[in-house]
Amino acid sequence: MSTAEATEVAVEITDLHKSFGPVEVLRGIDLRVGRGEVVCVIGPSGSGKSTLLRCVNVLEEPTSGTVVVDGTELTDPDVDIDAARRRIGMVFQSFNLFTHLNVLNNLTIAQRKVLRRSQAEAEQIGLANLERVGLDGRESAMPNQLSGGQQQRVAIARALSMDPDLMLFDEPTSALDPELVGDVLAVMRRLADEGMTMLVVTHEMQFAREVADRVLFMDAGVVVEEGPPEQVIGSPREERTRTFLSRVLNPARVAEE
Amino acid sequence: MAMSKRKRAKVIRWVQYGILIAVILVVAFTANWDKIRTTFFDLEVAASLFPEVITVGLVNTLIYTGLGFAFGLGLALVLALMRLSTVRPYRWLAGIYIEFFRGLPALLVILAVGTGIPLAFNTFLDKYVALMIALGIVASAYMAETLRAGIQAVPKGQVEAARSLGMSPARTMVTIVIPQAFKIILPPLTNELILLTKDSSLALFLGASITEYELTQFGRVALNDSRSLTPVLVAGLCYLAITIPLSYLSRYLERRTGGKKIGTPESTEVKA
Repeated sequence: MSTAEATEVAVEITDLHKSFGPVEVLRGIDLRVGRGEVVCVIGPSGSGKSTLLRCVNVLEEPTSGTVVVDGTELTDPDVDIDAARRRIGMVFQSFNLFTHLNVLNNLTIAQRKVLRRSQAEAEQIGLANLERVGLDGRESAMPNQLSGGQQQRVAIARALSMDPDLMLFDEPTSALDPELVGDVLAVMRRLADEGMTMLVVTHEMQFAREVADRVLFMDAGVVVEEGPPEQVIGSPREERTRTFLSRVLNPARVAEE
Repeated sequence: MAMSKRKRAKVIRWVQYGILIAVILVVAFTANWDKIRTTFFDLEVAASLFPEVITVGLVNTLIYTGLGFAFGLGLALVLALMRLSTVRPYRWLAGIYIEFFRGLPALLVILAVGTGIPLAFNTFLDKYVALMIALGIVASAYMAETLRAGIQAVPKGQVEAARSLGMSPARTMVTIVIPQAFKIILPPLTNELILLTKDSSLALFLGASITEYELTQFGRVALNDSRSLTPVLVAGLCYLAITIPLSYLSRYLERRTGGKKIGTPESTEVKA
């Protein structure tokens, strides 16, 4: 799974640009993700990595360029975007569980309303995915009764219940207390081992180093460096990548400088 | 004279108490208590009002208010969605409607609907239907703005999560945004229900048969018959029996939702 060329293409992004008013956040991104590949996107805040991820399922509308997922061009104005999004799971930094629904209904509502699954089938699939993220027994809890780590794992289970071909993670552990990060990363690691195609925006260098097939370093709206994690994180070629990594890996030393 | 701030506040407080007591004493000694007792607290007259004041007056007040509220809420939902629509003419129409009916006295609307519609369309309009429409129109103009604010107060992330699961904008609105918006606006909606309960008294200007009397009409007729103000007092107590529990409910709901303020910066925009 380490070489993208050998596998089928899941995501193909070509010359992607995105501007918010006068500010150009993405300045020509090209990216191919093979089926079953795990790609981690790292970079300083404001580098455009979250925007890139949000362009993949068109939560953010690209200014120009194309995004093709599983052979469907999502940037085509006539595309059925709702149908396309069913196959793309997304996990947000702030979890975004539906606050008025309990855990089980969070897992089943889209299955029932979008995929038209029966209540019984949706519940069965939802409960199976809840067990997959290690939260079996919590199906009747309300989101605000769960810790951040638990909420994020429910959010992952909610996305998985739609049987996605691709999972997008937008800084899934950034809003968590440090001691809760491990549980979420463990779930993601297992998902990667099962062969899920994943695009992950993260600050967890250890995770990227161990789980990613490929790491992208972004800065100022462009991909600065890209390659296997041992190269990009282990021995970066670009000065900008080195500066960023030294700040992330040794935050205390930067403060002293 | 040099007084400390604390001491001066104390003196001012005592002066206020003194004025209050003086006013009470003046009223107590100048009022004709015998007359007040016979005009407002005539037990015989009060007893003669029962059970009709409840079975007719109170019941009709509840029916008129309930019908008006239900109709108004439906109308308000349509108006709120129009206000948030990306279609500009819809936004304008809803805006004009809201400004227009918020600016008119409820009585004018009730008269216009109750007498105007039968004249204009040459038809008979049932009293209940007329009041449902008129009170609904009045209430909807206020509730539409409350609902709009409630919908906008639902965090944007909720919409994004729903859309990322493949829900259409309309589906997202119905299954995710509106249920959460209602939770947020329950306290102000309860207040609107209190206002509408009182506005339903304006029904008396449309004229009614005995079985259609609501509390105010009932009290006014009884007032003419008995030449005592007791019916007014009884009708008033009946209103309070409705409105005070509602206002406690409203405050309870407000506390339960954590007194969340409507219109936080992180607001929602759903393309309709």
